[in-house]
Amino acid sequence: MRLALAGVSHHQAPLELRERVAVDLETAGALAHELSSAAARHETVVLSTCNRTELYLASEDEAALAELADRALLSLAGPAAESLAPVAYRLADESAALHLFRVAAGLDSMVPGEGEILGQVRDAYEAGAPGPLLDRVFRMALHAGRRARVETAIGESPASIPAAAAALAQQVFERLDGRRVVLVGAGRMSELTARNLRSRGAIVTVVLNRTLERAEALARELEARAATLDGLAGTLADADVVVSSTSAPGLVLVADDVSASVRARRGRPLLFVDLAVPRDVDPALAALDGCFVYDLDDLEAIVSSSLAGRRSEAVEAERIVTEEAERFRAWQASLAVVPAIASLRARAEEIRSAELARIEARLGRLPEGDRDVVDTVTAQIVNKLLHLPTVRMKEAAVTPDGVLYADVVRHLFGLGEESET
Amino acid sequence: MAELLVLPVLIGYGEAAVAYAGELRGSGRYGRIGIWGVRIGWLAQTALLGVQALSADGFPWGTWAGALNLLSWLIVSAYLIWGCKPRYRLVGLAVMPVAVGLLLLAWAGGGTGVEESDGDGWALAVHAALMLAGFASLLVAAATAFLYLYEDRGLSRRDTRLLRLRLPSLEGLERLSARAALAGLFLLSGGILVGLAGLDVDGLDAAMTVTVAIWAFYGLALLLRREAGLQGRRFAWTLVAGAVLVAIVLPLTHFAA
Repeated sequence: MRLALAGVSHHQAPLELRERVAVDLETAGALAHELSSAAARHETVVLSTCNRTELYLASEDEAALAELADRALLSLAGPAAESLAPVAYRLADESAALHLFRVAAGLDSMVPGEGEILGQVRDAYEAGAPGPLLDRVFRMALHAGRRARVETAIGESPASIPAAAAALAQQVFERLDGRRVVLVGAGRMSELTARNLRSRGAIVTVVLNRTLERAEALARELEARAATLDGLAGTLADADVVVSSTSAPGLVLVADDVSASVRARRGRPLLFVDLAVPRDVDPALAALDGCFVYDLDDLEAIVSSSLAGRRSEAVEAERIVTEEAERFRAWQASLAVVPAIASLRARAEEIRSAELARIEARLGRLPEGDRDVVDTVTAQIVNKLLHLPTVRMKEAAVTPDGVLYADVVRHLFGLGEESET
Repeated sequence: MAELLVLPVLIGYGEAAVAYAGELRGSGRYGRIGIWGVRIGWLAQTALLGVQALSADGFPWGTWAGALNLLSWLIVSAYLIWGCKPRYRLVGLAVMPVAVGLLLLAWAGGGTGVEESDGDGWALAVHAALMLAGFASLLVAAATAFLYLYEDRGLSRRDTRLLRLRLPSLEGLERLSARAALAGLFLLSGGILVGLAGLDVDGLDAAMTVTVAIWAFYGLALLLRREAGLQGRRFAWTLVAGAVLVAIVLPLTHFAA
């Protein structure tokens, strides 16, 4: 069985080209099944995300495989096929597997270690039409992706402003389940941050805005209460996180105005996330017990440091991925000697059965129990004799001369000769 | 022979203390190396205490040096309950140097050998073990509170490295320090009760007064946390101050003679 990959990604193809070949999960699944139901019975999985579209095919028909993968990819592009051809990549066998493992680990993503890709690989695999080879390679890729995330910190640190704000909240409160978030301003950035916090279990209790209509519109989506900015100080007593992003020209949360509300909390932590320019939150609030104030520069610094950290973790993740790719290579190589091993064992069993049949008359005089013992002992002798050669052949299969071992065994034991003569 | 076991303990704990300092760079690797130093050192110290227990006629850690040996083992044991979790490893940054310091003092004072034994009864053994376990818990509570103050300072100063250190959350640290202090208080209570019931007590001496004062101090701190909102930095400073009180006053009253 051979493996082939044809694809385009953000590394070389611009967005205009990538969107031509991008397909949703349903279409990707349908395409995979269509290709696999062709006469050649190819195994197919189509992986399509915003950064890449890749076709993975596996088949015995080595010659047609790469061409089919290439043709199927170009057909997706339609009239843009000509511009797609120079930026598309084609990989085979170990290189294709290694590429998939890197994709699943997030090493080929725009943001190293980004979390979504592992789920997208799983979805593509489940929607596709994998057979023995693609099933194995995708399972190993998912395992490699999980290992990279568990054994390194590549996916842990935040890679966007909303994620940085959520990570800060978790650093203060650990779990965000039931934590109360107050949203000051109904802008796009505060909405994204609120959604990120909500996805981790936090509750947006109130959306405050200069105009009530906008506050109400966002509050409805976030299942919160809407109010104007006049009620701001009163909301702080019960809040855990305050996300502020108004277009006000000056400070919205002035230390002198809200310090009484904050002091009433008796040191209970309160995180202010100020996403506005100019700033909404008075930096002097940070001096109060339990108050933490982060502005846009701070969050950008966190993201930047986090990306640097992810890149350094990527070195370790690459080692894990290479290790997994090596395991795949060993497994694939062992497939080449499986027929020889099977023939050798069949031949040995044939000889054993024939020899037992030859002395059947003499064995027939023995009690039933003794005949069973003879049968078991001869089977054990055969198994023990063949155990080491079997192990050695599988080990040798990984080396460049691996196939020679299989040929030598076939020659020495005359495997397949009876059928020829 | 048992004395030789001190060396792997010191090497293990010392390596952990250095590795945890390196972990402040945020790589995660030093932390993994550190926790193995703690585990190996703890196993060696457990063996050392086992040899001491088997060789002695009575309670083998009745001297001040022996008590420090047992105390350092109890501190590391309490730390290991949480320290094996990656997020809590850095509590060892405050715990392991203390453990190394206590063990060095114990070694210098002859508390790691098997010769000394005062042959006292089980009541003293249980009393001493409970008291030492109580103080170990209080020291772990202080170490956790110290880490809380470090993290709180970092968050207040908007130190962007902090997220990469994978520290426990502020609330997690506060909860852990309160639990450790509560456990310490229970153990101290048990130790005091066993001491009063099983030992010949001739009035209230300085050591007993200080012990009861420490017990009352932690009891009050936990009560104020629950009832009067003594939380955050103020609670952490209270625990650190309590540990300093224990570290300074207790040796003077218990071991000065």
